Amino acid sequence: MFVLIIGGGKVGLNTARQLLRLGHEIALVEQRKTRYDIIADLLGEDALVFGDGAEIWVLEKAGIGRADMVVAVTGDDEDNIIISQVAKLKFGVPKVVARVNNPFNQPTFDLLGVENTVCATTAMLNLIMHELPTHKFVHLLSLKREKVEVVELEVGENSPFAHTYVQDIDLPGGVLLAAIVRAGHALVARGSTEILPGDYVLCLLPPGKEKDLIKVFLPEEEPERVQFESELDTSEG
Amino acid sequence: MHVLIVGCGRVGSGLARDLVTQGFDVAIIDESPEAFHLLGDDFPGEFVVGRALDWEVLREAGIERAVAFVACTDGDNTNIVIAQIAQKKYGIRCVVARVYDPLRAELFAQVGIRTVCPTRDVRVSLFDAVRACQIPLPDQEG
Repeated sequence: MFVLIIGGGKVGLNTARQLLRLGHEIALVEQRKTRYDIIADLLGEDALVFGDGAEIWVLEKAGIGRADMVVAVTGDDEDNIIISQVAKLKFGVPKVVARVNNPFNQPTFDLLGVENTVCATTAMLNLIMHELPTHKFVHLLSLKREKVEVVELEVGENSPFAHTYVQDIDLPGGVLLAAIVRAGHALVARGSTEILPGDYVLCLLPPGKEKDLIKVFLPEEEPERVQFESELDTSEG
Repeated sequence: MHVLIVGCGRVGSGLARDLVTQGFDVAIIDESPEAFHLLGDDFPGEFVVGRALDWEVLREAGIERAVAFVACTDGDNTNIVIAQIAQKKYGIRCVVARVYDPLRAELFAQVGIRTVCPTRDVRVSLFDAVRACQIPLPDQEG
């Protein structure tokens, strides 16, 4: 596969190294001269292009016309959106992945059809929520294009589902109870598996079903208080 | 008739005043509070400080009732992104964006944004100005 990476920061450089290690062909575009020189020392100059990756002619020079995938990981969200759109609209690149620097801009990526996004801040925050014992409902993963969310719920002593079998649980439509985490180990949820207090259950569900799930699973909680949404600081950096 | 402009530089502020003169109700957004001075003390429209990618700021400036939207910040990519927000999120039909890069101006014109490319326009004007001097043409042999 030929992967074109725009932005040679920590994310771009490490992506490039990993892909090279796996035997893929890459090209990396970087516009800051000092950063370009650092990367050239590490990777050599063959796969490097100096320039602004939001410029169409720079992308062409980097070989976007034959790219199997474009990875837009600059530090600027507007640039990442435009690079993704140019890759799709003008060059018909089959796969595009974009970095969201400021989680506040996530709705704009979604609105403008940039579907495959990764936001380090949101991922980190979700991880922190996951580790905080006070959060009984945690968003683990969103697969936007596939329209699937992966969430984790804590089974308390008083949970309506403590000491019940998976097959007897009546979940909201579209929700799948996929796995149970017990004492740090994940078990596949079969109909005959009994859910115990202290377990965590992993569910797959379509976006927007979170509140319905919380209502049946954590009836003592108010969904607004439990549900974690990305209402983060709007400032840059 | 409400018109929303983003970017209160020389161009944005001048355009705001022109539109006000024509009887439009104008709001203009800029990140910098100081940009307000370019509008002059007697500007009757609304000036909003904030980032244009912030949908809340756009709403505060009346995007929901705007009949036209003009993106003229100093960033091509910012202009193209916010123009598409106006188009797709708020359904504004008259969406105009300044895009310096001729290639991006052409590409995003295809998705329905009225892009204005100063680079291309100035190049044509300069060429015409040179021609207007009526200097002798070089002979075909070069």
